Amino acid sequence: MAKTKEIMVNPLFNNNPIGLQILGICSALAVTTSLQVSLVMTAAVVFVTAFSNLFVSMIRNYIPSSIRIIVQMTIIASLVILVDQMLKAFAYEMSKQLSVFVGLIITNCIVMGRAEAFAMQNPPGMSFLDGVGNGLGYGVVLVFVGAFRELFGTGKLLGLEILPLTTEGGWYEANGLMLLAPAAFFLIGGFIWIIRTWKPEQVEAPEFKIKPNVAKEAQ
Amino acid sequence: MSAKKETVGYTVTVAFLVCLVCAIVVSVAAVSLRSTQKLNAELDMKTNILASADLLEPGKTVEESFEQIETRVIDLETGKFADDIDAATFDQRKAASDPARSEKLSDDPAGIIRQENHSLVYIVRDTAGEVDKVILPIRGYGLWSTLYGFVALESDLNTIAGLGFYEHGETPGLGGEVDNERWKAQWPGKQVYLDGDVEITITKGGAADASSPYEVDGLSGATLTTRGVDNFVKFWLGERGFQPFLQNLAAGEA
Repeated sequence: MAKTKEIMVNPLFNNNPIGLQILGICSALAVTTSLQVSLVMTAAVVFVTAFSNLFVSMIRNYIPSSIRIIVQMTIIASLVILVDQMLKAFAYEMSKQLSVFVGLIITNCIVMGRAEAFAMQNPPGMSFLDGVGNGLGYGVVLVFVGAFRELFGTGKLLGLEILPLTTEGGWYEANGLMLLAPAAFFLIGGFIWIIRTWKPEQVEAPEFKIKPNVAKEAQ
Repeated sequence: MSAKKETVGYTVTVAFLVCLVCAIVVSVAAVSLRSTQKLNAELDMKTNILASADLLEPGKTVEESFEQIETRVIDLETGKFADDIDAATFDQRKAASDPARSEKLSDDPAGIIRQENHSLVYIVRDTAGEVDKVILPIRGYGLWSTLYGFVALESDLNTIAGLGFYEHGETPGLGGEVDNERWKAQWPGKQVYLDGDVEITITKGGAADASSPYEVDGLSGATLTTRGVDNFVKFWLGERGFQPFLQNLAAGEA
């Protein structure tokens, strides 16, 4: 029981796919301009990682290792198309906003990474939970970044006005930078910094050390 | 790893089975959801058309509000109705990229590369059958993307009733402010033509003369997007766009 809980909770902060594994940065930049989009993207990624892990794990003993990556990709791609079709049918507005990024979940390294690293070695139940956990770990960062960007970029959260904008007669001057991709870099960087300050054991050992600068006498 | 797992026959069988199952799942989803998706897309388009002319009435569904609208296809060159083309199935975007049904532009201020020969128009008639509003599809290049939208004209075919975009990829908060209600609210009441020429202009942000019926304020911080909008609004309302049709319609010869 303790182990299952660990599998679910660990990826949130201890082994966060974006924070520690530095996976899935590309889509985290693109879909975090507003909180609502971040939430839907999180749900989509949780669904895809959980079920791709589940199915890969179910057939893991039958997959010939020479084609395992392709088998994983096929399963992931099918799930992503399924999500995309569902969104188009039942949440049309949302699917328009997410546009190509739903399709790009296929290339999200987290999904593939978990299928290969975890689901290929573990039973289906655990793999499913690992998928949910990692999807949520990705979601934590997405929601954090999305909330910041929407609040300071447009003065709103989930479309509700929080900081009245000067253009609408309020006092808050919207920060346009927040809506551009670089802002997500800064915020994700900040997020990683905060996590590593809180949990110093995540800091990697430096690969090399610069020697102290010793002034030498000219000869 | 058993030896059996690595034979060619086994590998091919597994690959085939995985593909078969996945293909079935994907096709079932695609086919069973297609009608809902198509309905969504149509509803979305109708909402956009109605919104651009400010015809969305609270308490009425989009379908009900759309009933008053007559969808027709026109020939852009002659400016007459082309009733041999069924408006319900005419796909304007496909037509624009089909060499047989479009023209490559050498002088291309709107940045659309190819212009279709025919276009959809949406006409709202009053109870007497007279034209009350005309809604015209427009598109063109902004800063990053092609903006797709509608411009609606009042019954004099000169006064703008509204303008709106339903698809674009401009920077949110900057060029994306073309969706801002306060910016769009400047358009209704503006005049398009002066002595037969397109006179309406988008100025620099904050530079428009408020008393002039021909000037619309640009968006500060989105110079290139507004320049693009300015160019393609002029293009589509000009003589290579809908002007011949509007003149015919006013003369009752469309």
